[in-house]
Amino acid sequence: MSRLVVEAKDAARRQQDEIAEFAARRLTSLPPEQCPVDFTASLIRLFQSDSCGKCTPCRTGLGAALTILDALLHGEAEAKDLDTLAVTARTMYTASDCAIGFTAGKVLLDALEGFAEDFTCHIEYDRCSCKAKPEAPCAQTCPAHVDIPGYIACIRAGRLDDALRVIRNDNPLPTVCGYVCEHPCEATCRRTFQDDAVNICGLKRFAADHAEWSAAPACKPATGKKVAVIGGGPAGLTAAYYLQLMGHAVTIFDQREKLGGMIRYGIPDYRLPQARLDADIDFILSTGVDVRVDCAVGEDISYDEIASAFDAVYLAIGAHADKSLGLEGEEAAGVISAVDFLRAAGSGTPFDLAGKRVCVVGGGNVAMDCVRTTKRLGASWVECVYRRRIADMTALAEEIEEAQAEGCQISQLLAPVGIQLDDAGDVTGLIVQPQIIGAVGRGGRPAPFPADVEPQVIPCDVVIVAVGQDIDSSAFAHVVDTQRGCIVAREDGAIADASSLLYAGGDAVSGPATVIKAIAAGKVAAANIDEALGYAHDVFDSVDIPPARPAIGACGRVNLKDVAFAEAALTFDLAKIGMSCQEAAQESSRCLRCDHYGFAATRTEEVSAW
Amino acid sequence: MVKVIIDGNAVEVADESTILEAAALTGVEIPTLCYFADLNDVGACRMCVVEVVGEERLAAACNTIVREGMEVITSSDAITEARETALRLLLSQHDLNCAYCQRSGTCKLQKLLLEYGIAAWDDWGNVVEVTANPYAKQLVKGRRAKWPGEIIVQRDTNKCVKCGRCIAACDKLENIGVWSFVGSGAFSNVGVADGLSMRDAGCVGCGQCITHCPTGALTERDDVEALKAAIADPEITTVVQIAPATRTSWGVGLGAEDGKLDVEVMVAALKQMGVDYVFDTSLAADLTIMEEGTELLHGLGGTAPDERGITWPMFTSCCPAWVRRVKDCYPDVLGHLSTAKSPMMMLGAVIKTWFAQKHNLDPAKIYSVALMPCTAKKHEVKLPMEANPGIPDMDGSLTTRELIRWVRSANIDVASLEPAPLDNPLGEYTGAGVIFGTTGGVMEAALRTAYFVATGQLPPPDGFEFVQSPHGCWVEATFALGDAAVRCAVAHGLSNADSLLDAIRNGVVEYDFVEIMACPSGCAGGGGQPIDGSEAERGLERGQTLRKLDKTKLPLRYSHENPQVQMLYEEYFGEPCSELAHHLLHTTHVAD
Repeated sequence: MSRLVVEAKDAARRQQDEIAEFAARRLTSLPPEQCPVDFTASLIRLFQSDSCGKCTPCRTGLGAALTILDALLHGEAEAKDLDTLAVTARTMYTASDCAIGFTAGKVLLDALEGFAEDFTCHIEYDRCSCKAKPEAPCAQTCPAHVDIPGYIACIRAGRLDDALRVIRNDNPLPTVCGYVCEHPCEATCRRTFQDDAVNICGLKRFAADHAEWSAAPACKPATGKKVAVIGGGPAGLTAAYYLQLMGHAVTIFDQREKLGGMIRYGIPDYRLPQARLDADIDFILSTGVDVRVDCAVGEDISYDEIASAFDAVYLAIGAHADKSLGLEGEEAAGVISAVDFLRAAGSGTPFDLAGKRVCVVGGGNVAMDCVRTTKRLGASWVECVYRRRIADMTALAEEIEEAQAEGCQISQLLAPVGIQLDDAGDVTGLIVQPQIIGAVGRGGRPAPFPADVEPQVIPCDVVIVAVGQDIDSSAFAHVVDTQRGCIVAREDGAIADASSLLYAGGDAVSGPATVIKAIAAGKVAAANIDEALGYAHDVFDSVDIPPARPAIGACGRVNLKDVAFAEAALTFDLAKIGMSCQEAAQESSRCLRCDHYGFAATRTEEVSAW
Repeated sequence: MVKVIIDGNAVEVADESTILEAAALTGVEIPTLCYFADLNDVGACRMCVVEVVGEERLAAACNTIVREGMEVITSSDAITEARETALRLLLSQHDLNCAYCQRSGTCKLQKLLLEYGIAAWDDWGNVVEVTANPYAKQLVKGRRAKWPGEIIVQRDTNKCVKCGRCIAACDKLENIGVWSFVGSGAFSNVGVADGLSMRDAGCVGCGQCITHCPTGALTERDDVEALKAAIADPEITTVVQIAPATRTSWGVGLGAEDGKLDVEVMVAALKQMGVDYVFDTSLAADLTIMEEGTELLHGLGGTAPDERGITWPMFTSCCPAWVRRVKDCYPDVLGHLSTAKSPMMMLGAVIKTWFAQKHNLDPAKIYSVALMPCTAKKHEVKLPMEANPGIPDMDGSLTTRELIRWVRSANIDVASLEPAPLDNPLGEYTGAGVIFGTTGGVMEAALRTAYFVATGQLPPPDGFEFVQSPHGCWVEATFALGDAAVRCAVAHGLSNADSLLDAIRNGVVEYDFVEIMACPSGCAGGGGQPIDGSEAERGLERGQTLRKLDKTKLPLRYSHENPQVQMLYEEYFGEPCSELAHHLLHTTHVAD
C-alpha cells in the first residue's frame, strides 16, 4: 500500500454529487401542494443523514424528532408531542456543536412556528390544513392562475391565437407579460426536476408576437351598471376588460396622456416597445371600454363626482411617488427621481444626458432600468451605486448582468451620504461611505455597516434616485385608509366601511410589485365587483385544449438571445430576440403537461374557473 | 492570565483554560459525561453546555477556551432544558437495565439521570424513569447489536453513549486506534475502525477502553463460570494465584476503600468460595527477577548493533499487551524481548510441574487461575507454552472486577472475614516482587538483585532513582552494576512505548534495559482494575499502595532473598537460566 495517494472521487461519491445537484434543483422548485409537515419530516430525515453523529442533540435528536413527526403524520401524536418537538428543536439549536446540528434545529424551530396551523391540524384532525390544491404547479404559482399547460399545449399544436385566448381567460395582457413578466411560474416548473424550467415567459411572447389575433369575445348583455376604474395600469386595465365583458359599462380615468401606467411610463422601450403594449391595450379597449385620459382625479374631477356617477369604483392608482434619500443637496436640479426620469423617457421627452456622468442610486429592477436608459441617452459614464452587495440586489440577476454587459458600472457596498454641489448649485459628485457586509438581519439578508475608511466622492453631473416608490392617495384620503404607504383593502379588494361600492388593488394596495400581481388584483376586483353588483357572470372563453402528449426527453432550455450589447446600448430598440418557430416548437414540447400527467389531472377544469 | 466571570464570581485563570476548568476554580461543578480530563474533550454529549453572556447559543464548557472578560452562566432554564433533553435522548437509546449491569453504581449516565431526577432507584435495585420519556425507546436490534462472545473486550451497543472515550483511550494512551466512530447520522456509532475485527485492528487486550467507558457498554469477557464449575467438580484441584496489583483495589465495590482490604482477606474469601490453594504471583515475580536479571547480566556489554545500526536494549516481557504489540507491529524488537515468561505463566508452569509432583496431583486435574488487574492476561493464558504436553499451564485469568463480582455474588461479607494466610510454599514474596504491579517496579526489582549478583553487595533498596527523559515521555537512569554501567528506561502506555522505540531506532537514545507496561502507571492502572466512577486515573495511587507494602510491610525487599525462590532453585531448577529453567520458565516469542 502506498503511503499517500492522489485522491479522486470514487464512483459512488460522483453519483452522490450528481444526485445532490439534482435534488437541489428539485428542492428549489418545490411542488406548491406539498404538506408542510411532511416536507419538514423529509428535511429532518435528510439532515439526519448529514449528521456526523458526534453530538447527542443532532445524532439522536434528529431521529427522535423524526419519530414524533412520523407519528404526527400517521395521526398518532398528541398536543404534548409538539412541546417535545419544540424542546428537541431548541436543544438541537442551542446545544449542538456545529452548523449541521444547529441549523437543523433552526429549521425545525422555524417550521414549528411557520407551519403551526398545519401541525395543529394534523394533531386535531389527522390531515393537512388542505390549503394546497392539486393543480399544475406553474398555474398554481402564477398569481393570476393562468392555465399555463393549456396555452403551451396550444403553442405546441401551432394554435397560437388559441394560446392567447387561454391566457386572456385570466390575464388580458399576454403581450406585456410575454415581454416583462417576472414569471414566478417557472420557479416551480416540474421540468426543473428533470433538466430546467420551461421558458414559459418566452413562449408567451412567441404566441403574442406571431399569432393572428382574433377579435375579443363578445360582451355579455349590458347590465346597465357603470363601473369607474381609476388608473389605467395593469390592474385597472385587467379589471376594466373583465367587467366590460360581463356587460357592465366601464370608464377608465387616467392622469396621463396614454394608458398603461407604470408599464408604459416605468418600463423602458428596449424591454417593452410601446407598440406592443398598445396591441394589448387596443384589444382591451375593443370590448368597448370608455377612456378618459389626461384626467387627474382630484384636479380635473373629484372622487366624489365619480362615485356619485358610477355604481362601483375600482382604485388602481399605482405607486408613482418616488422615495427620496433624505440627503442634503437632493433638491438640486441634477438630482432626478427614477419615476420622473423613466416617465420622461417613456413620454418621448427624455432628460438630456449626452456626455454626462450619471450615478444611479439603488439595487432594484427600477435602478437597472434607469442605468440602461441612461446609457441609451448617451451618458459618458453610468454607475449604479448600491449600499449592499450585488448578490443582495433585488433586481433580477439577468437584468444586472445585461446592464453590466452594456457597459454600466455596478458599484456595491457604497452608501450615499451626500450630494456634492458647486457654487452654482450644480451636482459635481455623489458622496458615498464604503460599507462592509455584516450580520444577517431579521429578514434573512446580511446588513451592511460603514467600513473604517473615509467617505469617497464619485464625480458626476446627475444623480438618479431609484430607492423605491410610494403611492399618492391624497385625492382619496377621505374614503380610504393607508398603512405603511399603502391603501388598506380587504383580500377581496373591497374597501371596508366605504359608503359606496369601492374596491382597490395593484401597487396602490400591495406597494410596488410585479405586473402579474397587479393583473391578478384586477381579476379579483372584477369578479368581486360583479358579485357585489348582484351578478355571477362567467366570461370563460372555452378553448379546446389539445390532448396531452408525452414531453420530449431531457433537453436544454431555450433562452432568449440578446441583441449585441454594444449595439443595444445605443438605441431604445428591443434588446431581446424572441424565439424562432423551431425554438418555440421544441420548448413547448418540453412541457410535462402536469395538468394531465399526475394528480392534477383530476382538477384540470377548475384551473381557470373563477 | 485572563479574567472571567463565572456565575457572577470573577476568577483569573490561565490563558488556555476551558470554561470547565475556570468554573472548577470558583467551586462550580459543571456536569460532564463524555469528558475525561486530559484524554477526551470531544464535546459530544452536550451535558456541560453553559451560557456565555452575549451569545445566542450555548457553549460546551469542556472544550470552549475562555477569553478575557467572558461572562459565563452555568445554571439557567435554557441550560437545564438542553441537558435534560440530551439525557432523555441518550436514555431513548439506552438499555436501562441497571439491576443486572456491571456498572450500576459507577455508571456516569446513571448518576446524571438520578441527579437530574429523570430516573430513580426502585425497590428492586433497578433504575426506572420517573416520568415517561417523551422519546420512544429505540434500541439497536439485529446484527449491529451482536458481538462475538469470545473476544476479551465485550461491547453492548445499547449501553453506549457514543462519548468516544474508548476511542481516545486506545488512540492516545496506546496509539493503536482499534475504536472509531463508524457510520454517519443517526447510525453513527462506536465500532472497530475500518470494519476490521478487533484482532486485525491491532487490539492488544489492554482493557483501557473498558476502564475509561462511562457506562456498561464495554466490559471484559466474564470467565468466572468456568472457575466455579471447576470448584464444583470434586475431581479437580483448583489453584488461584493473586497478582500484586489486584490487592490494591479489590475492596472497591466490597464496601472497603481503595488499598484498604488486605490480601489475606482475599485468601479467606477465595477459600470460602471453595478454592483449594491460593498462591501469590509476587513469588513468581521474584522468580522472574532471578531469570530476567540473569539474562540481563549475561547480555550486558555484549550488545551489538543490528544490521540497521540500531543498538537494542533488552525489553521486559511480563506485560502481555506489550508483548502482543511487539508481535503485531515490531518484528525487529521481538528478538530483544526477555525470554523470561511473565510471573503468572512462570507460576502456572511451577504449579503444574513441581507443585503437582510434590502433592502427587495429576496436572490435567488441576484448574489453575490467576486474579489479575489485567484483561490481556486472558489472552496470555492461551499462548502455547505448556510444560506438560497438551495441558495448558494456566486455565484462566480473571480480572479484579470479576473477582469482586464473584465475591459479591457469593454473598460474602468481607468485613467479617478472618484473614487467612496464603498457602505455602509458593505463598511467600518480597517487596521486590510486589512492586512488579506498578510502573518501574520490574526494573527496580531486577536492579536490586542484579546489583547484588554483580557486586556481591546489597544496594540500598530505594536507591534507584529515575529522571524524566529529555527525549520523550519516559524516565531513564544509568546505574553501575560492578564494572558495567546499565542504561535503563521505563515507559508506561504503548503510546509512550512507541515514542521510546522511535527514539531508539533513530539513535536518539541508547539503553541496555527497558521496562514497558501498556497501562498507565503499570498493572496498578490495569484494564482489569475496578472502576469507581471517580473519573480519574487511579493507577498512580494504587501503585503507591504497592510501594508502601514494599517499604513498610514486607521484611524482605530483594527477590533473591525469597526463601521459597531459593528453595525452588535448590530443589528443582538448579540455577537461574538452567536447562530446566529454560524449559519451564522461558519462552520463545513468536508472532501469532
